[in-house]
Amino acid sequence: MHSLITETGVVTQAATGVSSVGWLLVALPLFGAAFLLVGGKATDKWGHHLATILSWAAFVVGAAAFLQMLGNDPEHRSYHLRLFDWISAGGFKLEAGMLLDQLSMSFVLLVTFVGSLIHVYSIGYMAHDPNRRRFFAYLNLFVASMLLLVLADSYLLLFVGWEGVGLASYLLIGFWYTNPAYATAGNKAFVVNRVGDIGLTLAIMAMFAVFGHVDFASVQAGVGTASKGWVTAIGLLLLLGACGKSAQFPLQSWLGDAMAGPTPVSALIHAATMVTAGVYLVVRSGFIFDASPDARLAVCFVGAITLLFGAIVGCAKDDIKKALAASTMSQIGYMMLAAGLGPIGYAFAIFHLLTHGFFKAGMFLGAGSVMHGMNNQVDMRRFGGLATVMKITWVTFGFGWLAILGVPPFSGFWSKDKIIEAAFVGDGWQPWVFGTAALVGAGITAFYMSRLFFMTFQGKKRWSDDVHPHESPLVMTVPMMVLAVGSAVLGLILGVTDMFPTWLEPVVGGGAEEHPVINKWVLMGLTLVLVIVGIALAYVRYVREAVPVAPPKGSLLTQAARVDLYQDAVNEGLFMRPGIHLTRGLVFTDRKGVDGAVGGLAAFVGGASSRVRRLQNGYARSYALTMLAGVVAILGVMWVIN
Amino acid sequence: MSSFPWLTTLLVVPLVGALIVVLLPKGSAGRAKHVALGVSLVTLVLGIAAATQYRRDAGTQFQLTERHEWIPQFGVSYALGVDGIALVLILMALVLTPICILAAWDDVPEGGTREKSYFALMLVLLAFMVGVFAATDVFFFYVLFEAMLIPVYFLIGSFGGERRQYAALKFLLFSLAGGLVMLVAVIALYHYGPGGSEGFLVEKLTGLTIPQTAERLMFVGFFLAFAVKAPMWPVHTWLPDAATEAKPATAVLLVGVLDKVGTYGMIRFCLQLFPEASKWATPVVIALAVVSVLYGALLAIGQTDMMRLIAFTSVSHFGFIVLGIFAMTSTGFAGSSLYMVNHGFSTAALFLFAGMFIIRRGSKQIPDFGGWQRITPVLAGVFLVAGLSALSLPGLSTFVSEFLVLVGTFQKYTLATVLAVLAIVLAALYVLLMYKRIATGPTPELPEPVSDLGIRERLVAAPLIAVLLVLGFAPNLALDVINPAVTATLHHVGVTDPTPLNAGSDK
Repeated sequence: MHSLITETGVVTQAATGVSSVGWLLVALPLFGAAFLLVGGKATDKWGHHLATILSWAAFVVGAAAFLQMLGNDPEHRSYHLRLFDWISAGGFKLEAGMLLDQLSMSFVLLVTFVGSLIHVYSIGYMAHDPNRRRFFAYLNLFVASMLLLVLADSYLLLFVGWEGVGLASYLLIGFWYTNPAYATAGNKAFVVNRVGDIGLTLAIMAMFAVFGHVDFASVQAGVGTASKGWVTAIGLLLLLGACGKSAQFPLQSWLGDAMAGPTPVSALIHAATMVTAGVYLVVRSGFIFDASPDARLAVCFVGAITLLFGAIVGCAKDDIKKALAASTMSQIGYMMLAAGLGPIGYAFAIFHLLTHGFFKAGMFLGAGSVMHGMNNQVDMRRFGGLATVMKITWVTFGFGWLAILGVPPFSGFWSKDKIIEAAFVGDGWQPWVFGTAALVGAGITAFYMSRLFFMTFQGKKRWSDDVHPHESPLVMTVPMMVLAVGSAVLGLILGVTDMFPTWLEPVVGGGAEEHPVINKWVLMGLTLVLVIVGIALAYVRYVREAVPVAPPKGSLLTQAARVDLYQDAVNEGLFMRPGIHLTRGLVFTDRKGVDGAVGGLAAFVGGASSRVRRLQNGYARSYALTMLAGVVAILGVMWVIN
Repeated sequence: MSSFPWLTTLLVVPLVGALIVVLLPKGSAGRAKHVALGVSLVTLVLGIAAATQYRRDAGTQFQLTERHEWIPQFGVSYALGVDGIALVLILMALVLTPICILAAWDDVPEGGTREKSYFALMLVLLAFMVGVFAATDVFFFYVLFEAMLIPVYFLIGSFGGERRQYAALKFLLFSLAGGLVMLVAVIALYHYGPGGSEGFLVEKLTGLTIPQTAERLMFVGFFLAFAVKAPMWPVHTWLPDAATEAKPATAVLLVGVLDKVGTYGMIRFCLQLFPEASKWATPVVIALAVVSVLYGALLAIGQTDMMRLIAFTSVSHFGFIVLGIFAMTSTGFAGSSLYMVNHGFSTAALFLFAGMFIIRRGSKQIPDFGGWQRITPVLAGVFLVAGLSALSLPGLSTFVSEFLVLVGTFQKYTLATVLAVLAIVLAALYVLLMYKRIATGPTPELPEPVSDLGIRERLVAAPLIAVLLVLGFAPNLALDVINPAVTATLHHVGVTDPTPLNAGSDK
């Protein structure tokens, strides 16, 4: 596959120049991870610097490839890089290769830039951790895997990156492994993701059965003539995979617990990049979803349910990181909804993913900065009034807050408003259901994020006696400032002239103006009103009124939201308890039943043979002898017959 | 060079080595392990040299062939030869043996004659393992198949744990029972063949026209013996006992190499000699394989003994191998062949690293551990890598083979594949729960300080992890050798791959 021309007239050409060393994007951080893990204690002193440099180096390679891409006209910006023959087994043949196009390049820049900033931040955040080297090794492993995920040219190679980020996530959630709860959280993330992986692996198998190939180009080429039933099945299976990785309903339960990991990890992996991989998968597989309205509808439902689910849970959480995690889930719900809308939504799904990567990472780093100054306290009921002592954190967090609210001209306004608008496009009941969900979600988002912001930075101090909050060092605040600038202006720069959707158009389509069922200016006004109402409600309850240090009992809904709408209870009742009983039952019957039945026979034979054995010397050697004797006897019989 | 008896050399060198070890004078009994290690390394080098003589495009099924009359009156020949599948399995055995000897270095601390016997038995086992994969005479195969039991019986029964006698006897009885049924089928097969002084040669017995009932009965005879070896549900119950009572190195050779004779036998004998009966039995075998996959995984989750746990993961993994073989698609078949190799290394890593934990703690019970990542970070790290290979993490070799088995099976048996895929969740559970209970949690107070991996143990770990990684990224190293053998075998069976569903409608 040297050049592939798709229906939209996009030409994929063999990689030249910088893009021909695109493999360095993966190799550099992978080398860092391997070097730090194998190098051991010898690299303790400077390993974190090496990891950070390698992450920035990957960014430089990515940026250079991006510039090369910009030098071409929009139809010629897609490069394919052949790597090596990976698997050739019977009828299954697959080359490992990379696809550098506008979509993967957007991710490359996001992952390497935000990832490198978070490496820098971690130098400060993890300065006193005895396992700092291991931490940076895992961070590099993550960056390498994430880049492999987005650069792969086939579903199977994507899956390698997919599991690689899952491994990095597992290792980093359980980084402080001496705490059993953290180790459990890591396991939970991995196992729930594996449930999603059932979907993704079955989807790949179905692709091979249907198309005979599992690379993007071949599947895309075949989708038009494939049976609708199989295409829908593949779409739904991909969605299951996406739900696991992106913590979408019904596989959302792991993300809140994943906050056990160090906060830079929560910012990078569990907010900005890895958890958005499901959205990438759906958008990358747009050709499948375009061919199956049913699968697309399922994506919309998952997105709409999750955006409301996360928003409701976010309103009740007092743990700042868990509140942010619920928010992440909800925001990815928006992206998923947009992706489910098809070509009118793909570009905005990715656009929101990008702006969200900046403002949510910024807010997580801000939360980390607050924890850093507050002896790792995460209970917002113990915060309050931090605006005065942590000015940089307050301002940078504030930018992120305004961005996620969608206040113009901050970044979220340009991406999220477009999703709300797109959700109202269509016929029949769908625009009303999905549009309303997106609109209401915006109001709830405004409430819970303002609640979080006010409880942390405004109002009266509710600090524990032994804390002396202080601003974090520059090595931490500079990355926060950079992300805050992105939260403020990235959306404006890329959105005001539709620069970003235009950039992505050759890959994901779209572009045609679609009219929502409500006038878009009215929609924008409605959204803003809801956002203002949300802020006002939060202001009244968390600034004007005193915030009690002990959480009040709360309404039934609040109680449900505090325990994530009973997600763990449901999973436990439906899967874990029956699973434990099944396992215990099987262990018992294996000993008594299966082994007993087979063993009973064995005991019978054994009893007989032990008598025979006593006749002889009592040595097991007799078995060998007997056997040989038997062989000779049988040969003798044969000879006689012949 | 082609006339050089490579395979016989690979058989004889370890046997001579074993003899030397046994005959070592009293004063230098402590040298037994050094000699054994040296002999196993020499055998490995010879094996690699033999492999370089192998041609992928030779056109004949077996290469490096040797044939001598042995008992011409009964049609038995001393016949050796390898196809790609046999070759990679022999290489796996050759690589694993020195690693196991190194891992078993301190297994017999009392030294003396016992230590000499221990390492001599390992070399004898090595010779038999080479022979059993290289035999191209059905009767010769049978003799080796049974003879292999002897060194394993003593390795478990004399050097194992507390219940070693029970475990060894159980192992022997299961194997002998299976073997006897096979013997009947072996003799019957001779009667349907052309007979004569070379009547037991595989090539003479391939492509026979056999009455349906007779073919099916003989198939069942062979299959039962192999199912016991390959531990398939429900005849797997000897394996956990044998694995937990054996020394880790013995467990590796038993589960990692010797049990492969079961799945290898299914390919070489069941499919090749009884193609129609194999197709007839497929639905049942596929069902048993899926049950093994899920049953082994669930049982593994429920274990508290590390070695038993690992043994049950193998029941699950052997289920995958059988699934891929009997799906009879080129992809699944190649996947299963590769899986046999990968499982050998993956299981070796698990058993040996588990053994390193056990020797330090003096217990096989998982609840006796906890927080060991702090105490032995390197050991915990390599153990995690081994665990990740058991759950088929992409990037490690096992992923490629498991995926190939599943993708190849999906083409024909969608429901069975969907059920088997559930095991990827169960595998995550049994591996990660075990790792969590052993390595994470508060750092325990140990009565005596424990050190992390020493140089010898690192030398055991490094090649295993290297192989897991290399075959993960470059599986073609093995697949290129395997593919022609897969094509040849499927040709004998007379099946072709299903075409992609969408192939007819290509533009």
